[in-house]
Amino acid sequence: MVLVGSSLTLYAQAPGRGGRGGPPPAPKAAAPIDVTGYWVSIVTEDWRYRMVTPAPGDYQGVPMTQAAVKVADSWDPAKEEASGDVCKSYGAPAILRVPERLHITWQDDQTLKMETDAGKQTRIFHFGDWKATEGPHTLQGNSVAEWEMQGGGRGRGGPAMGSLKVTTTNLKAGFLRKNGVPYSDNAGLVEYYDLVKERNGDQLLVVTIVVTDPMYLREPFIISSHFKKLPDEKGWNPTACSARW
Amino acid sequence: MTRKRMLFISAILLCVGIPALAEIDLSGSWTSKNHEDAMERGAGPNPDDWAGLPFNDAGRAKALSFSQSTISMPERICWFQTQWHVAAGPFSLNIRSETDPLTGKIVAWVLGGWETRAPMTIWMDGRPHPSKNAPHDQTGFTTGSWNGDVLTAYTTHIKTGYMRRNGAASSDEATITTTFIRHGDMMTLTLVMEDPVYLTEPYILTRSYMLTPTPVAVAGPPCVVGYEGVESGRVPHYLPGKNPFVEEMMRLYNIPKEASLGGAETMYPEFRDKIKDKFVIPGKCKINCGAPGALGGN
Repeated sequence: MVLVGSSLTLYAQAPGRGGRGGPPPAPKAAAPIDVTGYWVSIVTEDWRYRMVTPAPGDYQGVPMTQAAVKVADSWDPAKEEASGDVCKSYGAPAILRVPERLHITWQDDQTLKMETDAGKQTRIFHFGDWKATEGPHTLQGNSVAEWEMQGGGRGRGGPAMGSLKVTTTNLKAGFLRKNGVPYSDNAGLVEYYDLVKERNGDQLLVVTIVVTDPMYLREPFIISSHFKKLPDEKGWNPTACSARW
Repeated sequence: MTRKRMLFISAILLCVGIPALAEIDLSGSWTSKNHEDAMERGAGPNPDDWAGLPFNDAGRAKALSFSQSTISMPERICWFQTQWHVAAGPFSLNIRSETDPLTGKIVAWVLGGWETRAPMTIWMDGRPHPSKNAPHDQTGFTTGSWNGDVLTAYTTHIKTGYMRRNGAASSDEATITTTFIRHGDMMTLTLVMEDPVYLTEPYILTRSYMLTPTPVAVAGPPCVVGYEGVESGRVPHYLPGKNPFVEEMMRLYNIPKEASLGGAETMYPEFRDKIKDKFVIPGKCKINCGAPGALGGN
């Protein structure tokens, strides 16, 4: 019975842990999946809300509150441009819906960095005990990352499997869609990053996105975006934010 | 108890435990979150909306010949109901397992049917797919395997069906790979259709579900053929160049025809450069705009 208990404990651990009292490996070394590299959006969903700017008042699919509709109905790209704040639809809750390329790298052993060519945004995913410092809300907020380990390979020397979970807070208000569908600075964001291998060998990054906002959403807004892995940076095309395209 | 016996029992318990830990339970009722493609999955897509669909010239030509009345033909009433409807339809999922009564092992996962889709049985017992010459039907034949906590299902032997409910067709050579990824009470399905007849690249959709204690009713048998006003022998269609709806996306959303007519390039970000100078933001939305409480907003 002791043996059984010991083995089950092993299954519950992340693969590659130090064992025998050693320190656990850094998140980079413990990564069950490799999300680094260049990725390109495959826009097969919500095409007319993502590839072009949707019509004012077109809110299909978003569980908006009446307050959100009121705000969105006043959307005017000219006013956005006049305010100088044209990146509202490039914040963390919306950035993975933008047609784009991603470049994901390890900034250090504890930190993943995600850059986008569209809007030239940078997101930082902090693992471990990182604590955000108090400060103003920002477009990309504060993101805490953790690996979610899966059953296969645990403690048996098999391949590690799992997901990346990213929780983002401290967000500055922005748009879920280019046509002014708002989220407030009380919005929260949880994302799950998973890898899916296609039969043709292509590697997909599937990101499930959950946005909560007590002010502007009646229920969590749940969508998923998918990206295809690229061999290199070819096609990387940094472009500035735009309020109308 | 002797030491040998303890080791023997421990070994048996481990053997029993390992596979269970490498899989997860998918059973239950899962509410579909139709926050993306809400209109397409609900009321249906606009008749000429093929943007983001990687079909080839043959696929486009077939779609352009499609009249919505086609599916009122008795022979076509059930045309939509392949397993791709999981991705393109709006409905929630009821998932259960079938176990071997002797070993207790799961031999299949079953996605309950809808009024417009037959149940999908995902065989987990290692049985092979039938010969490629075996009969095809709307249900197809599906096998599955676990990769850690992720279930991957592969469906073949599907009859001709649709990719979008506006005439974009799939052939009887199409296959569907469905990946089930569970995160607590949330599940994401990735569905990849490959079709050598009508696609130049895989067509990929992802869908989100939430576990719910409210039972999702399983309907069936799906699709009842009846008379819908198309007399026997008539095949509703549009001849080449005669489809009256090819300007619909331009009229409603200012989306250029080269985008609405689809093709693989319309899936990628750089396609935006091609249409940027032709696009202007349309006027205030007047139809199918969504609103709090509206279908598709939930």
